[in-house]
Amino acid sequence: MSQIHRRGLLGAAAAAPLLGALPHRPARAQAANTIRIGLLSDFSGPFRDLNGPNSIAATRLAIQEFGNRGFNVEMVQADHQNRPDVGVNIARQWFDRDNVDMVLNLAASSVALAVSELARERNKVAIATSTATSDLTGRACNANTIHWVYDTYMLAKVSGLATVRAGGQNWFFITADYAFGHALERDTANFVRQAGGRVLGQVRHPFPGTTDFSSFIVQAQASRAQVIGLANAGADTINSIKQIGEFGVTRRGIRVASLLLFITDVHALGLQTAQGLVCANTFYWDLNDRTRRVAQRVLQLSGADMPVAMSHAGDYSATLHYLKTVADMGVAAAKASGRDVVARMKRMPTSDDAFGEGTIREDGRKMHPAYLCEVKSPAESRGRFDYYKVLQTVTPEEAFRPLSEGACPMVRT
Amino acid sequence: MDEIFGIPAPLLFGQLLLGLINGAFYALLSLGLAVIFGMLNVINFTHGAQFMMGAFVAWMLLNWAGLGYWWALLLAPVLVGLTGVLIERTMISRLYKLDHLYGLLLTFGVGLVIEGVFRNEFGSSGMPYRIPAELQGSWDLGFMFMPIYRGWVVVVAIVMCLATWLVIEKTKIGSYLRAATENPALVQAFGINVPRMMTLTYGAGVALAAFAGVLAAPIYSVNPQMGANLIIIVFAVVVIGGMGSILGSVVTGFALGVIEGLTKVFWPEASSTVIFVVMAIVLLTRPAGLFGRA
Repeated sequence: MSQIHRRGLLGAAAAAPLLGALPHRPARAQAANTIRIGLLSDFSGPFRDLNGPNSIAATRLAIQEFGNRGFNVEMVQADHQNRPDVGVNIARQWFDRDNVDMVLNLAASSVALAVSELARERNKVAIATSTATSDLTGRACNANTIHWVYDTYMLAKVSGLATVRAGGQNWFFITADYAFGHALERDTANFVRQAGGRVLGQVRHPFPGTTDFSSFIVQAQASRAQVIGLANAGADTINSIKQIGEFGVTRRGIRVASLLLFITDVHALGLQTAQGLVCANTFYWDLNDRTRRVAQRVLQLSGADMPVAMSHAGDYSATLHYLKTVADMGVAAAKASGRDVVARMKRMPTSDDAFGEGTIREDGRKMHPAYLCEVKSPAESRGRFDYYKVLQTVTPEEAFRPLSEGACPMVRT
Repeated sequence: MDEIFGIPAPLLFGQLLLGLINGAFYALLSLGLAVIFGMLNVINFTHGAQFMMGAFVAWMLLNWAGLGYWWALLLAPVLVGLTGVLIERTMISRLYKLDHLYGLLLTFGVGLVIEGVFRNEFGSSGMPYRIPAELQGSWDLGFMFMPIYRGWVVVVAIVMCLATWLVIEKTKIGSYLRAATENPALVQAFGINVPRMMTLTYGAGVALAAFAGVLAAPIYSVNPQMGANLIIIVFAVVVIGGMGSILGSVVTGFALGVIEGLTKVFWPEASSTVIFVVMAIVLLTRPAGLFGRA
């Protein structure tokens, strides 16, 4: 009876991911007096919530607040679907045809690494605000790229060390089996060993495509580790935490170190499930009046029912600093050389409501404090998005990798 | 402690059990697919989205109407099944006379649209949904702690599969259904309303997907992509079991859950690939699938 060819069925299944959204094309109007910012990010996939509508709003907010200082600012946006080839193609069109001067956000490490290299070739500016890999300011650093917000080294150090110090000596890692997961596991394992802890084992789960983590959780329990380190992100982390709760792991005294946990993930988990988790952030909306103001305005613009995450704050902060630099050096000079813009951005101190005062280091690392946060219990939470209490503030120098250890070729030691 | 291939035996038993539980989801989903394919000859690519809708309707019932898990288990399949009826009546039914690929493309497209709408409305990271109070906690089985909820899932899935099989194999309506699958024109000539039967079959298949979605809501992230992740595996299960074979899809669903579970112990990196390796081997040796008739 079956007349459908299996090959056709499987072909269709394989083609499924190809049918994503096409990049949004800006109007052709070109003016030498216009600065174009391209927001290149995930607008439809697993990282949409920590970028997506709030990123657009945050970038727009920076442009609005910057105002008109003798030149126009335009923003274009596109969905790279977390695929480096798609991301590079869009960025190439933007640079070569659409007169885009700076690409922003670059969620997914693989996309960021590829687009950063293209920005170097075309002498444009790339600012990664939603990227994890610390290689961007390490081996893969270049003079056209700045890495804002966070990286795997900072996450590993701030949340990893804190967990060991709190008594979690023996670790078992549940790691996403790709570059990001490996890097995060490696960096964290180093800090655990440095602090006198031990790594008892790890399991690498396929990415993407793992929904059930129960098998890995049971393996972690069997290892008798005191800490389960989650070196994964997004839906994988949410599924892991949800199922760890289901298996009653934490009730038996085992800690969970969710190494990369965004506030949007906490929102998705709900406080009942997420309470007590400890995570590293460089921005929390409820730190002070200035951060509250930024968050409120971003939400006003986006209309999204989604907390403002550190990646959104990064889009705001990076855009503002970039535009200030352009105003400082003149549009013509800024359009002529992305390298000069980045050099100038590094010389100018940064200052904005999201991250306060900061600097950009020689290797392209944006320096600002990091915060060790604990997720509140439902009883402690007083209002909408009131999710974290700050346990500890870590200075930039302590949180981020020392310049000398990054192996960035631009840094002469 | 006894070891099997270097793995402590208790750990292995635990993994077998967990594999069986995952297999329950595969079985429920592939069952719905098999029912729809057997009757309508349509490969329902919307199935993943309908599984996701089941989980989301459970969330909506809880947050918008204050109806908890047990109501959701009853109402979500009905509501999502009704949307299935609507889709079949307005769209799929127009394609029966055309090549099967049209049905495949249509359902695939509808699935994408549904997922997109949910992503726009609810974002991508998902919604919280808790395990009902009655099923919280875990049993100490000696070799592992077994969450009560997982035990519930496996029991319910087996009951559901059995019930579906009984309806199709042992009841009058089931016999009409099977007859209509063989020769719709003849069955129609006997005065049975075949188009309506097809609509209801599609609705029932969709309801099964939604039922699995409600079961999944407390333990998996309730997000718009949750079905897309699972559905490719479930299609492999259906192909391995033999397209349209009810028994095949159920047995294969559970069996592959176990195989996947064991792979997660011995070679975790390959656990998402192993099902497709099995599929390739089965297709090479038995092209009609394990339980299919060539």
